[in-house]
Amino acid sequence: MTTAPALDAGAAPAAAPRKPVSRRRRRRIREAVLPYLLVAPLILAVVVALGWPLLQQFVMSLQNYGLEQQFGAAPEWVGFANYAQIMTDPSMWIVFVRSVLFCAVSASLSMVIGMLVALLLTKVSAWARIALQVTLLLVWAMPALVTMVIWQWLFDARYGLVNWVLARVGFPDMAAYPWTSTTIGVFTIAALAVIWGSLPLIIFMIYSALTQVPTEVLEAADLDGAGPWKRFREVTLPLITPAVMIVGLLQIVWDLRVFTQIYVLQQAGVSVDETNLLGTYIYRVGIGQGSYGDASALATVVLILTLLLTWRYIAKMFAQQKEATE
Amino acid sequence: MSAQSLTKTTDIPAVAPVRSRRTLGNRADGQRRIWNGVAAIAALVLVFPIYWMVNTALSENENLFSRTPRFFPFPLSLDSFAGILIDDGFWSALGMSAGVTAVVVVIAVFFGFLAAVAVSRFRFRGGGLIILLVLIVQMIPSEALFISQFRMLDDWHLLNSVGGLSILYIGTIVPFTVWLLRGFIHGIPPELEEAAMVDGCSRFGAFMRVTLPLLGPGIVTASVFSFLQAWNEYTLALVVMTKPSKATLPLWLQTFSSDLSATDWAGIMAGATLISVPVVILFLIVQGRLGAGMMAGAVKG
Repeated sequence: MTTAPALDAGAAPAAAPRKPVSRRRRRRIREAVLPYLLVAPLILAVVVALGWPLLQQFVMSLQNYGLEQQFGAAPEWVGFANYAQIMTDPSMWIVFVRSVLFCAVSASLSMVIGMLVALLLTKVSAWARIALQVTLLLVWAMPALVTMVIWQWLFDARYGLVNWVLARVGFPDMAAYPWTSTTIGVFTIAALAVIWGSLPLIIFMIYSALTQVPTEVLEAADLDGAGPWKRFREVTLPLITPAVMIVGLLQIVWDLRVFTQIYVLQQAGVSVDETNLLGTYIYRVGIGQGSYGDASALATVVLILTLLLTWRYIAKMFAQQKEATE
Repeated sequence: MSAQSLTKTTDIPAVAPVRSRRTLGNRADGQRRIWNGVAAIAALVLVFPIYWMVNTALSENENLFSRTPRFFPFPLSLDSFAGILIDDGFWSALGMSAGVTAVVVVIAVFFGFLAAVAVSRFRFRGGGLIILLVLIVQMIPSEALFISQFRMLDDWHLLNSVGGLSILYIGTIVPFTVWLLRGFIHGIPPELEEAAMVDGCSRFGAFMRVTLPLLGPGIVTASVFSFLQAWNEYTLALVVMTKPSKATLPLWLQTFSSDLSATDWAGIMAGATLISVPVVILFLIVQGRLGAGMMAGAVKG
């Protein structure tokens, strides 16, 4: 798309009949047009897979898909009625609040655990650090579906390891607790799977920020009589805050719309209505019920919310790369 | 989905320097032993689910369905793996995954390579916008677009096809490969090319003879990461591949496990192990290199 005007601009002078300069000129034109040709496939791929659906989605969010439309009638324009409807729909708000709660719990737990392990990495010998790092890489590499299958097995009601351990350490009632068919059980498993899966990224990013803290400053603080806690709060923490903020932000964005973990657990028979989070809710409304209008409006809201939340991250990465280029 | 991978890859410390804190007092030495112990326990806890997967996969089902779990897979049994290897669903899913992954890797890396060359070797109007686009696209959650992607592929009669799923994957992965390769190309000084041009190469020839060979590691890394994305992806595959006969590996594992979770955990874990092994091997191979590439280009500049 971007290439079109550039091509026109370049082609016009090329038509000039002056022979002697034309070769050098053609070369300059080629130089000017070439970058646009090179980015054309990227633009094409993104427009086809994302741009066009985005536009369609916005159009759909302004239309109504009822029973007649399922039998082939053209969708009816309803303006922002779908948005008004989802905003006033109590079940949407329940899903929204539930997603925020799930996100708050899993994101904060993963950040706290991640921060502690990252600090631990700075305190241990090389062998222990490498062992932990290799472990984290293994966890990181696990496909999401494999992770879910493993956690379901660990929490299996009758033969799962978790219930066996719980029964042994003083909770005999838990010996056959059906984790995968209760709401609270499903959210526990999903949160554990999400936290376990996000720890590697959090730990590596915070640890790499921690290694940038200059030792001299810490030593100076030590000489000035600052204890370990004070050194951490006054010296280390301010220096790693930017990294922590970025990881935290990404964590919030990802945990707000967990799809795979919840969807997979829902397949095991728990009440779908009681366990839906934003991602699965959009899926159920749109693909399950065929209410494309409502689902598109909701998806558009989620998209805007995501971009608003991540805007600072995007701006920062952009500024960094600009700096790098100049 | 590539959003995850972008940031996943940004800050891997390839090999972090050991920092001696001896100067902070002798107590550090005494405490270190305790911290080492804590780290060892943390590593065991983190790796345990993976161990449990392999342990279960190598056990016999009758041993799993006893009241006391067995922590070691003895007697070793490869029956579950054999069971997976005669499962038609597995082979069909492997074929689908291999097809989609192959198409995606080749096209995403090629497109990404072209655009990365443009943004890192040319100054042109809109170059900054391209970078911004690449960053924004990686933040778009698949949940926010899959309804209309589903409708679009339905209109084009591309549901349940390798082509349809590949189109969506390519669109989300190319921005990531651009970002990655941009970092690698940036790490190769343009002076090398200029020198070759002084020696009589054309600009194109200089690029092909000087820069391209140095880009080998970058291209391998971008390929492996495109591979991982396409191989592991679940959400879009679920939306696009509605027929069981068109399932990719993650979809197959999901239905396989819900069908058999009452009877054959060893089989399910064998399937999970078979899917993860290539992924883990590839990931471990590239992670150090990826860290270096990202450091060179994106992070440190």
